[in-house]
Amino acid sequence: MLTQLTHGIATMTRRRALAATAGLVLGLAASSPFAPAQAADDTIKVGILHSLSGTMAISETTLKDTILFLIDEQNKKGGVLGKKLEPVVVDPASNWPLFAEKARELITKDKVAVVFGCWTSVSRKSVLPVFKELNNILFYPVQYEGEESERNVFYTGAAPNQQAIPAVDYLMKEEKVKRWVLAGTDYVYPRTTNKILEAYLKSKGVAQDDIMINYTPFGHSDWQTIVADIKKFGSAGKKTAVVSTINGDANVPFYKELGNQGIKATDIPVVAFSVGEEELAGIDTKPLLGHLAAWNYFESIKTPANEKFIKEWQAYTKNPKRVTNDPMEAHYIGFNMWVKAVEKVKSTDPDKVIDALPGIEAPNLTGGVSKMLPNHHITKPVFIGEIKGNGQFDVVWKTPGLVAGDAWSKELEGSKDLIGDWVGKKCGNYNTKTNKCGGQGS
Amino acid sequence: MWSMVQNAWYGLSLGSVLLLAAIGLAITFGVMGVINMAHGEMVMLGAYTTFVVQEVIRTNYPALFDYSLLIAVPLAFLVAGFIGVLIERTIIRFLYGRPLETLLATWGLSLVLQQAVRTAFGPTNREVGNPSWMSGAFELGQITITYNRLWILCFTLAVFAILLAMLRYTALGLEMRAVTQNRRMAASMGIATSRVDALTFGLGSGIAGIAGVALSQIDNVSPNLGQSYIIDSFMVVVFGGVGNLWGTLVGAFTLGIANKFLEPVAGAVLGKIAILVLIILFIQKRPRGLFALKGRAVEA
Repeated sequence: MLTQLTHGIATMTRRRALAATAGLVLGLAASSPFAPAQAADDTIKVGILHSLSGTMAISETTLKDTILFLIDEQNKKGGVLGKKLEPVVVDPASNWPLFAEKARELITKDKVAVVFGCWTSVSRKSVLPVFKELNNILFYPVQYEGEESERNVFYTGAAPNQQAIPAVDYLMKEEKVKRWVLAGTDYVYPRTTNKILEAYLKSKGVAQDDIMINYTPFGHSDWQTIVADIKKFGSAGKKTAVVSTINGDANVPFYKELGNQGIKATDIPVVAFSVGEEELAGIDTKPLLGHLAAWNYFESIKTPANEKFIKEWQAYTKNPKRVTNDPMEAHYIGFNMWVKAVEKVKSTDPDKVIDALPGIEAPNLTGGVSKMLPNHHITKPVFIGEIKGNGQFDVVWKTPGLVAGDAWSKELEGSKDLIGDWVGKKCGNYNTKTNKCGGQGS
Repeated sequence: MWSMVQNAWYGLSLGSVLLLAAIGLAITFGVMGVINMAHGEMVMLGAYTTFVVQEVIRTNYPALFDYSLLIAVPLAFLVAGFIGVLIERTIIRFLYGRPLETLLATWGLSLVLQQAVRTAFGPTNREVGNPSWMSGAFELGQITITYNRLWILCFTLAVFAILLAMLRYTALGLEMRAVTQNRRMAASMGIATSRVDALTFGLGSGIAGIAGVALSQIDNVSPNLGQSYIIDSFMVVVFGGVGNLWGTLVGAFTLGIANKFLEPVAGAVLGKIAILVLIILFIQKRPRGLFALKGRAVEA
C-alpha cells in the first residue's frame, strides 16, 4: 500500500537522495572516532522505522505505537536480560530513500539491536542493502507478495499462501464461485499476488474467460466504469466474486460505488486483503456490509490473550475506541519471538539472534502458537471475516490449523522449485531441482 | 449505443469532479497568477469542516443529519476562505511576481497544513456519511445513474454559475477583474489593490473549501485528500487556458469525457497515461491552453 504522489516524488528525488546518503556515510565515517560515547550499557535499544508523516502515516503510525506499547509491557516485566528496552523512533516520512538513510542512522548512530519497521514493499526493498551491509535484524509485519527470503529480515506478515490462496479456496468451496474478478492497484504486491492467483485458479480448472483482471492507479477515486464492468461480468449467470488487492485509499470510493450501483455482497462478494479494522474505523461502513476480508487476525476473535491485549492496548493509548488489526498482531508475535531468541542466546548480537530465531515459538492472539520457520516466515492461521456495521468482522471461516508461510510461491513457474532455508542450506533462494543456491526468482 | 451514453455520463460526472476541484484554482492561479500548491489543502480543510459539522450534528441533533451538507457548505467556505486570506496576508503578498518562491512557499505550506490536520485529527480517515438523498441510484434506459454523482454535477454547475455571476455583476467582481487586468491603473482609480488581492485569494480558497464538502461524499477524508487533486486541478486550469473560467469548464469536461472513453479501451492506468501524453502534445501546440487570453492582459 502506497500512494501515487509520494511514489512519484520518491523516484524524482532518488538520485539526489542517494548522493545525500553517500555524503552522510562519508561524514559518519570521518567523524566516528569522535562520536559520543555509547549510551550506558544498561539499556537495549530497539529501532522503530515507521512513517509518522506523509501518505503512509495513515497505516504506520499505529505500528509505531504498537512497538512502544510492547516495549513498555516488556519493561514492566523487567526488560530483557536484566536490561530495560529503550525505543528509538525515527520518521522516514513515507519517502523510500529516506527509509534507507534512517535505517543506517538507527544501526550506526543509535546502535540498535533490532529494528521493527516498514510497510510498503518498496520501503523494505530500499532498506534491504543497509541491513545486509551492517548486519542487523528487521521485523517486517505486513502481508506482502512473497518471492523473497533474506537472512536479515523476518517476515511476520502473511505470504500469499497465508492470505490470498486460502481466501480463494474459501470462495470456491463455500460460496461456489465460478467467475473471478481480480482487481488491484497497479504496483508490485497486487501484480504478483494476481499472477499467483491466476496460476492457481487455472490449475483448479477455471477458464481464462472466467477471470477478469483489472488494475487501477493509486488513489483511484472514479470507479464508475470499472464497477459497471464488474456488474456486466457478474451477470453471466455464474456466481461471481471480486478478489481485491486495491490499496487502502482507493477502497472507500470503490465500495461506495458498488453500493450505489446496487451491487450487494450477496450478489457479488468482494474479498479484500487490505481492508482491516483500522481502515474501517474511519469510514461509513454502510456500503461495505457483508463483504469479506481475509486476515490472520481479527479484533473480534474471542480468546483470553486477545482480550487482554485489546484491554491493555486501549489502556496504554488512553483511547477506549482504539482498534487492533492484523499487522499489529504480526508485530506482537515478532517482538515476542525476538525477546525469546535474545533470552535463549543471552545476547543481542545479530548473528547469534538470527541463528536462534528459526524454531522459536510464540503464542499469537487467536489461540495458536506461531513458529518461526527456516525461511524466516512464520506459521499463522487464516480467517475470513464478514464486515459488520460497527467496523468489526464476523469470522465466517478459518483454516483448520496454522499455515506455514512460503517464501517462494509454489504456483509460479520461476519460483516453484525454490525454498528459503537459513538453517540447513544457509540460503534464501535454494533451488531444489538443481541443488544450488541462487536460483532465479520471478 | 447505450455504452456510449454511459461513457458520456461517466465522463460528465468525472468532469464535474475535476471542475469542482479546479474552480478555486482557476481563481488563485488562473486569475491572480499565484502558483498555489496549497490549493489541495484548502479542499481538504473543506472536507474536514464537513466532518466536524457531521460530528456535531450526530451527537446533538441527529434528526438534522440529512441537512448536514447544506450547513457545511457555507461553513467550509468561511473556514477555507479565512485561512486563504490569512495565507495571502502573511505569506503570498510578499511574493507577488516571484513564481518560484511562491511555488516553494505554498508547497511548504501544504505540508504544514497536512501535518497540522494529521496532528489535530489523527492520520487515519475520518468518517463522513452520505445523507439519504445522496445514496442509491436510478436506471435510465440501460444506464445506472447514482444520486451522489448527479448531485455533484448539479452542485458544480451551480457553484460555477454563482462564481461567474459574482465576477460579472458585483462590485467586488469588477474590482477583481480590474486589478488583474491592469493593477496600476486600477490603483490610480482608487481601488485598494492589496485588499482586493486578499479577498480574491480568500474567494478562491473558499471555493476550494466548498469543493471539499462535495468531494467528502465520494472520497476519503484524510490529510492526503488534497494531494490527489492538486495535479488534476493544475492540469485542468492549464489545459483550459489560464485566466479564463469558461476554459476551465470546457477543459474539465473534455478531460473527464476523454478519460472515460479511453478507460474501457485502454484500462484505467493506460487511459490516464494517454490523457497526460495528449495534454503534453496539446500544450506544445497551444502553450496557452484551449482559450488563450488575448490583448494586454497577456503581457501583464
